[in-house]
Amino acid sequence: MTILKTTTLQSDPVERQAVPDPTPMKASDMVRFRQVNKRFGETVVLRDLDLDVAPAEKVAVIGPSGSGKTTILRLLMTLEQPDSGTIEVDGEHLWHKANKRGELIPADEKHLRTMRTHLGMVFQHFNLFPHMSVLRNIIEPLVRVRGMSREEAATRGRTLLDMVGLAEKECAYPGRLSGGQQQRVAIARALAMEPKVMLFDEVTSALDPELVGEVLSVLRELAQQTDMTMIFVTHEMRFAREVADRVVMFDQGQIVEQGPPCEIFKDPTSPRTRAFLKAVLEH
Amino acid sequence: MSWSWEFTWEILPELAKAALVTIEATLLGSVLAMVIGLVVALLRRSHSRLVRGATIAVTEFIRRTPLLVQLYFVFFALPAYGVTLSPLVAGVLTLGFHYGTYTAEVYRAGIDSVPRGQWEAAKALNLPRRRIWSMVVLPQAIPAVIPALGNYVIGMFKETPLLSGIAVIELLNQAKLISSETYIFLEPITLVGVFFLLLSYPSAILIRRAEARISRR
Amino acid sequence: MDAVLNGLPHLFRGAQVTVEITILAAILGAAMAFPMGVLRLSKRRLVRTLAGAYVEFFRGTSALVQLFWLFFVLPLAGIKLDPMTAGVLALGLNIGAYGAEVVRGAVQSVPHGQVEAAIALNMTEMQRMRRVVIPQALVAMLPPLGNLAIELLKLTSLVSLITLHDITFNAQTLRESVGHTTEIFAAVLLMYFVLASAISVGMRALERRVGRWREAPLDRSRAALRQLADTMGGVPA
Ligand SMILES: Nc1ncnc2c1ncn2[C@@H]1O[C@H](COP(=O)(O)OP(=O)(O)OP(=O)(O)O)[C@@H](O)[C@H]1O
Ligand SMILES: [Mg+2]
Repeated sequence: MTILKTTTLQSDPVERQAVPDPTPMKASDMVRFRQVNKRFGETVVLRDLDLDVAPAEKVAVIGPSGSGKTTILRLLMTLEQPDSGTIEVDGEHLWHKANKRGELIPADEKHLRTMRTHLGMVFQHFNLFPHMSVLRNIIEPLVRVRGMSREEAATRGRTLLDMVGLAEKECAYPGRLSGGQQQRVAIARALAMEPKVMLFDEVTSALDPELVGEVLSVLRELAQQTDMTMIFVTHEMRFAREVADRVVMFDQGQIVEQGPPCEIFKDPTSPRTRAFLKAVLEH
Repeated sequence: MSWSWEFTWEILPELAKAALVTIEATLLGSVLAMVIGLVVALLRRSHSRLVRGATIAVTEFIRRTPLLVQLYFVFFALPAYGVTLSPLVAGVLTLGFHYGTYTAEVYRAGIDSVPRGQWEAAKALNLPRRRIWSMVVLPQAIPAVIPALGNYVIGMFKETPLLSGIAVIELLNQAKLISSETYIFLEPITLVGVFFLLLSYPSAILIRRAEARISRR
Repeated sequence: MDAVLNGLPHLFRGAQVTVEITILAAILGAAMAFPMGVLRLSKRRLVRTLAGAYVEFFRGTSALVQLFWLFFVLPLAGIKLDPMTAGVLALGLNIGAYGAEVVRGAVQSVPHGQVEAAIALNMTEMQRMRRVVIPQALVAMLPPLGNLAIELLKLTSLVSLITLHDITFNAQTLRESVGHTTEIFAAVLLMYFVLASAISVGMRALERRVGRWREAPLDRSRAALRQLADTMGGVPA
């Protein structure tokens, strides 16, 4: 895939007019970013980000490499801490909690653990546990984290493996599986924890081209069947068009424009979206 | 327990003298270990299976037996065959051979890290084997392993008190002799500990510097 | 020659002591190495520094000096240790410091994505270590730990200097009573070599067991066993 060159914020002023006003607070939002800033040293990765995702909504995040897409997911998964701003998941603050006087104070590990039960993530490089069989990859967190009995966990694990078409691989170690198979196991593993929000970070971009299809078809089916909230960071434009309720075009740490896939893909308003889509689709 | 500064000053010069012997034994032993290690590493690459097998057997035997017992063996057993070594020479030889089996592994890693392409290029130029080693492989392998070799020098500094086992006059031996005369252990043994720290920390820092320098290249 | 053969039981009694100290010190060493190695990577500066101080102290000075300190100097402070205790403490703490470095390196070699996946599955910090990082790090740390176990065996010869009757000590007393220096020390070297080789063989077997998941495809019977164990609940990692 062609990847647009990363430009720094200073060199290219942000096109504010393309960004819609932050939507007014709705009580029902599942995910809500407010004025979130994140930088790594000198690099400003997210700048005053506002982003809302409704329950059961499927959002596809697209944009050039280095624009901060992964960072959004990592902030949500508590793998990275925001420098400022707030993030809410299902109406509760993720990185903060209110003290007795109602002021927001930084969250402790206990609060983060509670919040993580709402979230699940599938990684670009699968990150299966190589020392556990496929089935144990799914069972282990269920038993250790959810306190489920082994039998119950195994039953659920098998059901999910069946769903991703890998029922017969339950005893194999991840090292024996193809990338596409590993990624399907990783999807099953995350689903088993029954999060309210699932995060997918370019789950097909580490795969050989011929293996992309099997993973996307699992995801497509999943997106159609569940009312789980899903955020996909993806470079697969066709997949985004088919699956997403909304496409968010991201560049240089800000939302450039967003809307239903038909609008964004057919008739983008921002020149940057147009340039990005042209580069990606031409490829 | 009371610390006697008077006694400390009294024994300090003797300990300092012994420290010099330690440095001497360690430096000579290190040099020997570096040479033996390289020889062993080369013998392990020999074309003859017999040479390779014998090298492995001998080095494994040396690596799997204690330095102290080896010292006893060299010092007490060899004289029966008419080989009487001065304690310092016996110490240096044993240290050199013992650590030579360790440095051999370091050299081996260095030699293995020379890319295959280098060998192939040298062979394509029709260089004789000896020249491939001396002109192509070793000049690349050895600089890469200098920091690791340095760590063994520090390790040897710490082992030299063992030489006391065969009465080389050196640090700990001195402390022990003084102690048995006076039945006071605190000062000499503390001083020996401090000496070791003083000896090994600067060398550790030097090696870290060298390491940083080499990795920057 | 007879004198030497008659002396063998004496040497074997010494070997028992050597084995005993090696095992006890190895247990102490492991009990130090694992927590200290992990704590050196702690987020808390103080914890990191303390664990680092332990490692640097015991690696920075010689095992013999530490042994003599415990045996000869501590009594001056009113703490009297018998030779066995002093030997096990000094050697265990010493080898534990080296082991901590091995553990640290192995833990660091586990890809960070593994920890992130464990966080995403909401495992506690303890579970991440115990269930995800350590089992993978184990494969990397076993070969160097095996070497350390052999180093420990060799170090135990030092306890002869604080009057423990190990192989080396008994060799000296035998030599003083019957002579035959060459034969006696040859026998002693051989005994250490055999013990060290036993450690080496044992560690290899352990490496194969622990690293099974990295091996060639599972054969069917083992896979079936695993499946059974998985569903019944009790397989070790
Ligand atoms: N841990 C980190 N330390 C320093 N810089 C980082 C770190 N993580 C991300 N960055 C930088 O932040 C910027 C945004 O990274 P991010 O991974 O969010 O981009 P992305 O949109 O996901 O890109 P891609 O499409 O290549 O995955 C990049 O410039 C990246 O180099
Ligand atoms: Mg990314």
